[in-house]
Amino acid sequence: MSYLPKSPWLVHYDASSCNGCDIEVLACLTPLYDVERFGVLNIGNPKHADIFVVTGSVNEQNRSVIQNIYNQMAEPKVVVAVGACASSGGIFRECYNVQGGVDNVIPVDVYVSGCAARPEAIIDGVVQALGVLEQKYEESKKKGAETSHV
Amino acid sequence: MSDYLWILFVVLYIVLAPFIGGMIAGIDRKITARMQGRYGPPLLQPFYDVLKLMQKENIVVNKHQKLYVLCSLIFIIVAGAIFFAGGDLLLSIFALALASIFLVIAAYSTYSPYAYLGAERELIQIMAYEPMVILTIVGMYIATGSFSVTDIGAYEGLLVLKLPAMFVGFVYILTIKIRKSPFDISMSHHAHQEIVRGLTTEFSGKELAYIEISHWYENVMLLGLVYLFFASNPILAVLVLVATYFLEILIDNVNSRLKWQSVLFSTWLVAFVLGIANIAVLGFLKYFL
Repeated sequence: MSYLPKSPWLVHYDASSCNGCDIEVLACLTPLYDVERFGVLNIGNPKHADIFVVTGSVNEQNRSVIQNIYNQMAEPKVVVAVGACASSGGIFRECYNVQGGVDNVIPVDVYVSGCAARPEAIIDGVVQALGVLEQKYEESKKKGAETSHV
Repeated sequence: MSDYLWILFVVLYIVLAPFIGGMIAGIDRKITARMQGRYGPPLLQPFYDVLKLMQKENIVVNKHQKLYVLCSLIFIIVAGAIFFAGGDLLLSIFALALASIFLVIAAYSTYSPYAYLGAERELIQIMAYEPMVILTIVGMYIATGSFSVTDIGAYEGLLVLKLPAMFVGFVYILTIKIRKSPFDISMSHHAHQEIVRGLTTEFSGKELAYIEISHWYENVMLLGLVYLFFASNPILAVLVLVATYFLEILIDNVNSRLKWQSVLFSTWLVAFVLGIANIAVLGFLKYFL
């Protein structure tokens, strides 16, 4: 039994998004949706976070930033790509400087569709990510039992 | 039999303080949410957070950092144990100061610019609240003639009537100690969106959980200090404790963070005006009445 789904802290990164999805992510924290009901906090520090929420498409400028944030997060961790751009590149897919979705750089666990993604969809995506988080914790525990150095 | 009663108090403190501190934190988050028009997390959310942190990977930057964080936790427990055993109040407060210093060293040991910034601001905080804490204890000594918590607790009559300005001053710096706005300059529970998470920037997993637990121990001990002002009337004392904590939550929610200069200047002003005036009046009463 893990406590990860009871207290998911998320770090949000805006990768060349148009700010539409970012405003919707922040809307989840407002009194109307109040995701703190489920213990979700927007933590800002990757070392404290469990869920990495990325909005916007990947380009040459933010590629290393996304990798850096992902590498700094403590295991177990999950990645949620919010919006069409983060999932596939969206309408910027054909741009000369855009490399596509976030899954070009880091492994993505949950894709949230929409342009911009609705707060309800984002909350649903985070809830699905909690299931993945739990699964990863169980797997890491099994692996830890096999290799004792953890 | 009663000679060994202090052992019971120490054991009760070590066992119960994290639960009481965690529950206070949970109620705090609920009330804060209601003040902001939100529903708020469950009451047990602080416990979920700490239990989750225990299950996370521990990223270690410097292999000694865990030692310092653990030392901080241990000395806060020691400070509280001395306090609840009825020991020397001065010794208890210096043990608490040592715990704060260990936390600062822990942050320095990570070699991160963000943690450095947090550590330096924490040092400024320590400088800001320490004079008032010492003056409070000196005031208690002048009023009761003893540094022992047992003797101060057994003082007949309300101690706050002799130390009214001191009490106000102590509640003022309590805002720093329980890390509330406008004085949460080194690390805050609410500024989650900030990249610079002060002291705790480089701590993850178990270490962050230890820091949180030590904060709960510390809060319980500080509320014990507030209790001392009203020790002769336990019902009134508990009511004042609740009122004081509610006031801190209210202040936390209606204020934004101050610059460190304002924190240092205002707390020293409060300490020197309220603290020294109170001691002067006490001394005057002692010699001329």
